[in-house]
Amino acid sequence: MAQSEFVLEMLNISKEFPGVKALDQVSLRVRPGTVHALLGENGAGKSTLMKCLFGLYKEDAGEIYLDGQKFAIQSAREAMDKGISMIHQELHVNTHRNVMENIWLGRFPKRRLGPVKLVDERTMYQRTKELFDSLNMDIDPWTKVGDMSVSERQLMEIARAVSYHSKVIIMDEPTSSLTENEVAQLFHIIRDLKQRNVAIIYISHKIEEILRISDEVSILRDGKNVGTWKAEELTEDAIISHMVGRDLVDRFPPRENKPSDEVVLRVEGLTSPIPTSFREVSFELRQGEILGIGGLVGAQRTELIEALFGLRRVAKGKVYLKGQEVKIDSPITAKKLGMALLTEERRSTGIFPVLDVLENIAIANIHDYVKPNRLLDDKARKEDAADSVERLQVRTPGLKTLIQDLSGGNQQKVLLGRWLLTEPDIFLLDEPTRGIDVGAKYEFYTIMMELAKQGKSIIFISSEMPELIGMSDRIMVMCEGRLAGFVSREEATQERIMRLATQFMSA
Amino acid sequence: MKQISVPRVKDFVRMNAIFLVLLILVASIAIIDPRFLSIRPLRDILLQSATRAIIALGIFFIILTGGVDLSAGRMVGLAAVISASMLQSETYLRRFYPDLPQLPLWLPILIAITICFIAGIANGVIVARFGVPPFIATLGMQVAIYGINSIYFDLPPNNSQPIGGLSRAFTNLGTGTIGEGVYSLPYIVIIAAVVAVFAWIIANKTEFGKNVYAIGGNVEAARVSGVNIQKNLIIIYAMAGALYGLAGVLEAARTGGATNNYGTMYELDAIAACVVGGVSATGGIGKISGVLAGVLIFSVINYGLTFINVNPYWQLILKGLIIVSAVAFDIRKYRRRN
Repeated sequence: MAQSEFVLEMLNISKEFPGVKALDQVSLRVRPGTVHALLGENGAGKSTLMKCLFGLYKEDAGEIYLDGQKFAIQSAREAMDKGISMIHQELHVNTHRNVMENIWLGRFPKRRLGPVKLVDERTMYQRTKELFDSLNMDIDPWTKVGDMSVSERQLMEIARAVSYHSKVIIMDEPTSSLTENEVAQLFHIIRDLKQRNVAIIYISHKIEEILRISDEVSILRDGKNVGTWKAEELTEDAIISHMVGRDLVDRFPPRENKPSDEVVLRVEGLTSPIPTSFREVSFELRQGEILGIGGLVGAQRTELIEALFGLRRVAKGKVYLKGQEVKIDSPITAKKLGMALLTEERRSTGIFPVLDVLENIAIANIHDYVKPNRLLDDKARKEDAADSVERLQVRTPGLKTLIQDLSGGNQQKVLLGRWLLTEPDIFLLDEPTRGIDVGAKYEFYTIMMELAKQGKSIIFISSEMPELIGMSDRIMVMCEGRLAGFVSREEATQERIMRLATQFMSA
Repeated sequence: MKQISVPRVKDFVRMNAIFLVLLILVASIAIIDPRFLSIRPLRDILLQSATRAIIALGIFFIILTGGVDLSAGRMVGLAAVISASMLQSETYLRRFYPDLPQLPLWLPILIAITICFIAGIANGVIVARFGVPPFIATLGMQVAIYGINSIYFDLPPNNSQPIGGLSRAFTNLGTGTIGEGVYSLPYIVIIAAVVAVFAWIIANKTEFGKNVYAIGGNVEAARVSGVNIQKNLIIIYAMAGALYGLAGVLEAARTGGATNNYGTMYELDAIAACVVGGVSATGGIGKISGVLAGVLIFSVINYGLTFINVNPYWQLILKGLIIVSAVAFDIRKYRRRN
């Protein structure tokens, strides 16, 4: 085969799982020295395609060429040896060991001592140092990975990819937990990698970011190719409509909720026992209102609402529900008082992965189903769960399906359904749309608006400015644990929120 | 059509593997000696399984939460010694309490079960309130309970003599049957069956049962959902303690005696029965039917292989292989698909 203009060609890849055609004749061609963004809603097949490339799945049909050579591998290790690396969404590193051991794991440099081979730490250190220097990264090879920030770990992963002389590096949601500055640093390194003729397959939900960094964009929908474009030919709206498969007129549902004057929740001077956490926070929440909470990572928003829900301790401050002072010391109390919480970490504190949809929905209100004879009313439970699935349009084969087999957006709907059954008055939603795709986001917004219309009150933490502005009646902005100010819906702009969010930060 | 049915057969095999293994085991033994398929061996196997099933059902709930209980066997021993010490026949010469009048059957049984219940509460409190890992907490309890039992067993005038001469009423509980001859059903099999039915109802039909699965499935998510983790864990360990107590009482009644070494390592058999029966050691997954099948498999191996004169050491090897391969198989069954 003649030298191709592409470093990587995946041609007509198909992959089927029981009941789902995850990939249907999908092709992807990537040029060397470019950033190629791969976009699509959750379940569109991005991850599956990348797993086929990285040897984690075996494709049912189709061919892969790397540098014009047929590329057939059995394992991730083989993929890395042949020049393909993947920076995972959830980084797989051994946090108890140091940086260099993580980088060279499986191929430690060795030296002989008589008949035995020992790991040559000095050489390993030397090589690691050179590697970091060449990438302008300032990391000590001896650092224990557990002591490093997420962004440093990511840099380490990139360095590891470079150390394998990777021709193609897959980055799956690399910026999801990075601050602005760290993103800038990452982009700097990506440009450097391009200079070295490395191709990058960049997966992200953040469209604005993709337009900033990528050269070409491929979009998948329902396991099929939609197309490939040069990044400069695309706009944010165009990308979204390609992903969703329809023209997207509005990204947010019409605001039909009418917040009343009645204050349902009043918080006065709430202060955490931890000095660096939230302090002296006071606000009011009205009936039928969606109160957004904006701020940067580290603004202690999650800590604040988890404290409201009784998951964290409070040193000082008062909470009034409908004028009555309450002490919320555990989620059990919060639940009784008509509150519901969707946590930020859906996987670790939300779903019961090995249980089915039914058990995941009907758990927070399980007490309601206890009959006088102490047994559960199974029929009522199933009916309520089926109702929720229907009402929230959860896409699941049935109530018996394990929740871990649903997409992120559908898992989130199940969790919301769980709390709807407890009939709460106040919803605390912590980054509820994080990691779910555009179409599911819109559905989630619609549900939120519907709840507000019914007179439920919602506190809504979001780090995505457009949705914060698009959904909230008022936005409360926090900065380093303190309340920085309120912005009404009419005067909300990204700049204004940003200024408040950085108000107390020393330069 | 064939292509569709192959994965279905695979799925069926996967979900019912334990029962198929049991079936194959019974069939192979029956082929070698057809007499195995008669009432008597069946009855003996059920008899041997009864107390083990009760212990396994107690530990089942603990394993469902992702925990483990190493103190089960020693609690069995404690309950056996306590109940036996108070239920000796009045005419027996070397009585534990020489002047004790004949107590009604239920009283010492209740005392023994209550003591194990309290030890179970202690396990639960140590695990749930003080956050000690279950492995460590119950290891400590295992050692301490043995100490307590041995001190009691060594009290004068007994001085660590095996306790025998149990009252007729008590031994009848362990060896008596409903009906006569080969078609009779032993009381303890009936008791175990009742316990199993209750355990099934608790696991599948009650709020408590759903909470147990939730705690095992994701303890943090359960906390956020407003499940009272501490209370539920304490109930789980206490309930298990009571079941070990019951099993201990029945062991004494069945064998007609007790020593402080009764029940040694029974917890390992119970844990093995659970994991072989598909209860996930990491919690959240498991069925009562699986546990019972797990118990039966080991009884069939014990009894059946002896029945066809297989060297007992080979039985141990087979048991070990079954434990490990069952878990290896199970992990595949629940491995995430995407």
